[in-house]
Parts: sequence; C-alpha cells; structure tokens
Amino acid sequence: MTVNSIYKEEKKSAFQKVFEVIITMASRPSGFIGLSILVFHIILAFISPYIAPYDFKAINPTLMLQAPSAEYWFGTDDLGRDVFTRTILGGRTALTITFFGSLIALLWGGLLGIFCGLVGGKIDDIVMRIVDAFLSIPWILAMLLIVSLLGTSTEVLIPALGFFYGKGIVRVARAATHDVIAKDFIVSARARGHSNFSIIWNEIIPNVRDAILVEGAMRWSWMLLGFSSLSFLGFGVSPPTPDWGLMISNARGLMSFAYWAVIAPIVGLSSLIIGINLTADAFAKALGIDRSTKAPV
Amino acid sequence: MSDIIQKVKNLSIGFKSKKGEEILILKNISTKIKKGETVGIVGESGSGKSTLALAMMGYVKHGLYTIGGKCEFNSSNLLNMKSKDLEKIRGRKIAMIPQNAGQALTPNLKIGYQIDEALQLHSDLNEKEREKKISELLNKVRLPSPETIALRYPHELSGGQQQRVAVAMALAGTPDLLLLDEPTTGLDVTTQAHVLELLNFIAKDTGTSMVYVSHDLGAIAQVSDRIIVMYSGEIVLEGPSRDILKRPIHPYTHGLLKSIPKLSLAGLPESMPGSQPQPGIIQSGCSFFDRCNFSEDKCKNNSPQLEFLKELNTSVRCFNYEKLLKESQVNQNVNKIKNNSKDKEILNLSEVSISYAKQKLLDQIFNRISDDNPTVKDININIKKGETIALVGESGSGKSTILKSIAGLLRTKDGLIRFDQNRNLSSDLKERNPNDLRIIQLIFQNPDESLNPNHTVEEIIAQPLKLYFGLKGEELNKNIIDLLQKVRLGDFYMSRYPRQLSGGEKQRVAVARAFAAKPDIILCDEVTSALDVSVQAAVLNLLQQLKEDFGTTYIFVSHDLAVVRAISDRVAVLYQGRLCEVGPSNDVYKFPSHPYTEVLLGAVLEPDPDIKPKLVAEDIVEEKPPEKGCSFQGRCSRIVGDICKKEIPPWQLTDGGNAIRCHIPIKELQKEQF
Repeated sequence: MTVNSIYKEEKKSAFQKVFEVIITMASRPSGFIGLSILVFHIILAFISPYIAPYDFKAINPTLMLQAPSAEYWFGTDDLGRDVFTRTILGGRTALTITFFGSLIALLWGGLLGIFCGLVGGKIDDIVMRIVDAFLSIPWILAMLLIVSLLGTSTEVLIPALGFFYGKGIVRVARAATHDVIAKDFIVSARARGHSNFSIIWNEIIPNVRDAILVEGAMRWSWMLLGFSSLSFLGFGVSPPTPDWGLMISNARGLMSFAYWAVIAPIVGLSSLIIGINLTADAFAKALGIDRSTKAPV
Repeated sequence: MSDIIQKVKNLSIGFKSKKGEEILILKNISTKIKKGETVGIVGESGSGKSTLALAMMGYVKHGLYTIGGKCEFNSSNLLNMKSKDLEKIRGRKIAMIPQNAGQALTPNLKIGYQIDEALQLHSDLNEKEREKKISELLNKVRLPSPETIALRYPHELSGGQQQRVAVAMALAGTPDLLLLDEPTTGLDVTTQAHVLELLNFIAKDTGTSMVYVSHDLGAIAQVSDRIIVMYSGEIVLEGPSRDILKRPIHPYTHGLLKSIPKLSLAGLPESMPGSQPQPGIIQSGCSFFDRCNFSEDKCKNNSPQLEFLKELNTSVRCFNYEKLLKESQVNQNVNKIKNNSKDKEILNLSEVSISYAKQKLLDQIFNRISDDNPTVKDININIKKGETIALVGESGSGKSTILKSIAGLLRTKDGLIRFDQNRNLSSDLKERNPNDLRIIQLIFQNPDESLNPNHTVEEIIAQPLKLYFGLKGEELNKNIIDLLQKVRLGDFYMSRYPRQLSGGEKQRVAVARAFAAKPDIILCDEVTSALDVSVQAAVLNLLQQLKEDFGTTYIFVSHDLAVVRAISDRVAVLYQGRLCEVGPSNDVYKFPSHPYTEVLLGAVLEPDPDIKPKLVAEDIVEEKPPEKGCSFQGRCSRIVGDICKKEIPPWQLTDGGNAIRCHIPIKELQKEQF
C-alpha cells in the first residue's frame, strides 16, 4: 500500500518548522512582497553605516536644499545634509527600539493574558478591568508624560513602548487561552495534578503561541508608527541622530519647494510599516489563523 | 420510469491536495431513489455518506468539486444547474434536516417566525393561511400546544423539540424528497426513538421519499426500506433493509453487525481489525482488503465491481459474497467478560451531593455551598476492586458530574469519597496529594480534545510518567514503548501528532496515558461514543484486556445501554442526579426494574428490523430535579399516587441483589408493561 504524502508527516525540528512557515509565507504574492520589504529594511539597517556616502551630521550651508542630483541622490535638507545618507540611516533606531519593545510587549502581554485566562475568577476580573482602564487612556498622552518625566533615552523608550503596546496582547492571549482551556487535555492535566506553571508551559503555550506571535507582529508595525509619531513631536530620537519621524517633522514646512527632503523619509517609514503588516498577515495565514475574522484589540 | 425521483449516475467528487493530486471522496457512485421509499445510507465517518446526501440536493461542499457523473432529480442534473434554478428546487422539492437542529435554527428568532419564513419562501399561501399552516405543521410533528411553541425561541426548547421544529420547517415546502443527515445523533436514547417514530409516521403519511444518513445501524434499521452501505467512498452493498441486516453478504457489513453490542447478549462482541483507509491512499485491489476475513489473493490486486444479484435484489461489491450467502445469519460470538472483582472495597461514595448553584456572597465568605435541591444528591455506591461499574442515564442525569467529583475536578457539597476503605479523598483537587491523584485517572469521550494537538504521542504518554515516577531518558523511553505495545500500537507512533492518527488510535493513546500512571481506578467518560462502530468493539476489548491484566477498577459512564451491557459487571441507573437502580448488570437488564430503566431499555435501537423500540414515557426534558418525592415522577407512567410526589421512594432489594428505588412493590414491577 503506498501512502500518499499528505498523511505522512514526521516530527520536524524547530528550524525546519520555521523554514517551512517562511516558505509558505513567501508563496503568496502579498507575503512575498511584505517579506522582501522587511528583509530589505533589516539588511539596510545593518549595513547602512558602511554604505552611507556622506557623514549624516555634516552641515554644509552652501549646499542647502539642493534638488536630487547624481551627487546627492535624494537632494539635501535645510542644513545642507545629504538626505539619502540620513534616510538609509533613519530606520535603524526606530527598528531596534520597536523590535525590542515588541518583544517586551509580547512577553508580558502574552504571559499575563495566559495567566488570567487560566486562573479566571477574581484575579482575572481585576486584571482585565485594569487593562481596560489603560486601554481607555490615549497612549500618546501617557507616553508624553513618561518621556517628559524620565527622558527620551532608549532605556526608557523600550519598556514604555513595550508596556503600552502589550496591553492589547493581554486580551488576545486571554481569548486564545479561553479557547484552549475548556478542552479535555487541560482538564486531564489538572486531574493529574500538574502545577499551573506546567500547564501553562506544556499545554497552553504551544496552542496559543501562534495567535500571540501574529498579534505581536501586528503590534510591531503599530509601535513603529507610534514611535515615529513621538519623534515627530520631538520626544523620540534627539537630533542630530537621523530618524524618519524627526526628518518628516523638520522638513514638512519646506514641503512646497523642497519636497524631496520629506518624501524620502515618508517612503522609508510607510514602506517599512506596510512591509511588516503584509508579513504579519502572511504569517497569520501561513499558521492558519485568519486575522480578518478577529477584531484588533 | 416515472417512479424514480432521484438518480445518481457515476458520481465522483473529490478535492485537489496541495501537491495537485486528485483525491476522491466519492468514487463512481450510481444509485436510484424511488418515490415514497426511505433509503438509509450508512457508513463510518469519512466514508462519503454526507457528501453523497448533499450532492443529492445539488450541493458540493466548499473545497470539493465534481469530477464526473451527475445527480438527476426529475431528470434534470442538479450539479450543473444555476443557483437560481436550484433555489426553486431546494426547500420546495428537496428539503434537508440537519444533524444539529439547535445550531440550524436562528437563536434570536421565534420558532413560528422561522417556520413562517420557510413558508413564505416555499409556498404561495397568504398570511392567514400560513398562520394556520404553522400550527398544522407543529401538530404534525407532535409538539404539544403549537400556539405556545410558535412563540418560543429555539433555546427554550429541548433538543428533541428543536429537531421536531427542523422537521416541521423541512415539511413546510411539502418536498418530494427529504434528506436527513444524522438527525438523531446528538439526542438522548428516548428522544431518538421518538423522533424516529415520528419520521416513520411522516414517511407513511405524506409519501415523501427520504434519504437517511447515519453511522448508526440501529437507527437506520428502524426507518429505512432500503440500505446503502458505503465504505471508503464506494457503495459496497445496497439492497432491501431486512436482507442487509439479517443476511449481509458483504464482509464489511457482516463484520460491522458482528461488532455491535446487543442488549440480548452480555459480553464483548468480536472486533473488526484495522480502520478505514483515509481518502487519498492509493491502493490497488479491494478497499476493504486489509480488514477482511474472507479475502483471497485476488482481492489484493483486483478491485471488485458492484454486482447486481437479481434474485436478492441486492448489489454487492465483493468477489466472495457467495461464501457469505451460505452463512444464513450473523452469528455473533461474544467473549464473556470475566468478573474479576474482589470483595475488597476500593471506592466508596457516601451521601454525595453536588451542586452547580452559584455561591452567594455570604456563602463565598464562609466557603460553603447552600443549595436545598442540588443537581446530584444522595449518591451511595460501593465499588469493589477490579469491577466495572457503569453509570447510565440520559444527558443531565449527573453521570459525568459524579465522575468529575471523584476525580476532584468538581467540589462536592456534602458526602464523603473514601478510597481503599480508610482514605478520605478531599473534594478539593489542591488538597489531594500526588498519590491520591495518581490512583484515579480519566479517559475522555473525545480523543480530539483530550490530546494536546501540539504534542507528539511520546510527549503525551511521557507526562504522567514524568510527573508521578520522575522517569527520564532510557527508562522513560522503554516505558512509553511498553505502554504503546499494551494498547497495540507500534513504537513508530511515538513521533506522531494526534492529527496523524485515526479516532481509534487516538483513543488508544488516551488509554495508554491513563494506564501510564498505574492507577487503581480509571474513570471512563463515554469513551466509545465518539468512535466509529467498527472501532468501538476493538477499544472495548482492549479496555477489558487491560483490566484483566492490571486488576484496575473502571467507572464507566455511557448513554449507550448496549455498550454498558457488554462491558460492565454492575450498573447504576441515574435520573436527574438521583440513583434509581443499582445492581449486577444481568439483573438490571431483566425485570423487575425501575420504571426509568424500563423506559431506557425500551428505547434502545437495535440493528434488527424486528426489534422495534418500545416508547413508554414521553420524551419531556426536565430542567431541575423535583424538590420532593421521587425524581422520576414527572415522566413516570406508573405513578401510584400522591406518595410519589411527596416521599422519596425506599430502596427495595430483588432476589438477584438488585436495588430499586420505587414505591411500587417488587412484585408489581415484575410484571412487564407491554
């Protein structure tokens, strides 16, 4: 009897699984585009210091607001700095800060959500009402407050962003846990007398991991937008470090006659956000979770 | 011929796998349905029976497509019809009754409105006439006081009533053909018998043709004139229902009938080996070859064609049907189960009561439960070491609730659970020590839910071994292989995930996990009801074998009285969380018995057209147990008077050691009612 390959499936290593998921993602046009954009941005973030043609902080009053040319591909800004150099460097801080911010958000949001879903009862009620309360505060106000009290250093921004974007994950993780918790294998583990920790680690996390990771990927793009807004308002990266939010904020007044100075960072920022979004969607589809049926937050 | 209403011709339906291979769900099916006849389609899950039934109304499930052939209804092919034309046929000419009526009815519309909608679509009556028609339809499906039912919402009706409403809606368009997809599967035994009786009545009364799809030969036997047996997407046997059930000439049907436990025979039936090949497995030869007892060499490479035998009016797909023709009847061999229970008591429930009532604030503070009329009350059972005791009853009888309390998953309100004569088991899981937890293990109804989909078989079985015995490395591995062997699975299963196993294999893994803890008591919660009939007997046999090897005690919960009869030494009958009858199973299944036991036994459906269910009591569903008197007073047909409503009946002992809780004297109960 020859068994058809669809029913034959051996245990795979974690690496094989990740590889397979990436292949599935890339096999869709939207996933392929998203992944390529994201990978492009990540590579750029790594190599940009070595390929940047000019010094990003070299001010040259004689070269103010030059239009794009063979020498200055994206033109120069109001202080005569090369826009191309600043654009390719401008994503680094944002990507790093939001990447680690998302990890923190995933970690605390995911774990708290799973814990609440498992324990239920009063603890769950109290925690969820606190999360609801936080969700009702406009995040930008709270962020501005934190930043103005504690400063805009990376050590403040990463945990602050991580905290504010994690509260949405709490809800997703809790809902995903609720789906799993009623299943008999959890009841069975409880009846055997496993500890809460063991139930979370062995039984729940493997089953909610996908949903939480997808949510985390989505949060990453939101956080990037949020971080750039902070920079735009002057509370993110401090000058002269190149940053898209900051560049947009500086150059937006000159838009009518020096559009190049503002268009380059806008394209950089929006392409990265679109890239992450498409990747997260493809990721969800590759894992078999259709995000379109679930409301965000 | 004008009396043929539906003609299926060379129908093949399938899907494309990820690799682009065509995988067939239905393989070249041809059949005809005559006017006024009821055809039963029977098969295991995955045999393609539902796909065939849906194709008969021109519907192909999402993801599947028609590869060839046609379904002709009144000589027009439904499968290439435009959806506009199909709309005219569906509902008016062909109606469908779904499996789960509770989900098929819109929850926030009143019953009357929903039937009215069906009438507006499928008939040309005006408003007044429709109103009359609604109560007419509800009357026809024998719902009490149609006027009030029409004003209710679906959730206010019981499962059986919802199914009746679904029947009424299907009849609204006065269809010529009625398709029923497992219409009684989710219902209680008594309700099931009532619904089948209603369907029989409707078939006779309206002359509608019916196609009845089910995995349950017992239900099929009660309604159909003709039976189509499907296996692995093919018709393997088709013929008059009496012949098929009495003298099946296909080895699959033969084996299937042999493996179904019967009420009249105590002991475990023979099991059929193996399981149905999954669609997509390319195989030369007969699809039943691996499991067949009558196979020859030629069956391996040549696939038999469906052959029509004129003298029997039967079609069969087998080379060796003549061998079976000689066997006049299905001789069921049963392995009598050994009663290896010892006198030593292993578990004692005394005065146990369990309440689901929500605690009030004051009770929460004092950590107590106050409820005068708890869901489960006065449970006193002595369980001996090594015996199998079955708890039976309909849904809501509290049988699973009691199991949960024994496992410590649900707090008891009152009463003691005592293990091994002197050890009290706490009703709170957290207060039980690891050893208390180890001695009691659970096996669940649905192995899909009880095995973590992200764990391999190895990880699943390793859990109790690691937790209770701290095994590691080589030793752990050896133990897992050992356990897998005990449940007749090879060690190559270790690296598989549950989704790669069949239902029977999954349940075996669950059994292995339970035995891994070396428990004294195993709680079996409807362990076979999610399994196919052909697999059920194998799992029951395995459980019995393991019990004899290990001396384990089983507490077996089931709604299926035939299964209980096959495996248990003692039976406890529950109604509304109160015990009605406790005794050795031989005696419980004989008279005298409690009126409720009588109702349950009467409603059992057997795969034999000569044994009709006896419907004694109404299939009303009571939501709450009565506060005073006998728990069964609401449905009992033998009420003796006020005493039943006021006083809790006393326990009476019969000669066989059977305890019955009823006001009627034993001698009276001895008399059969029908």
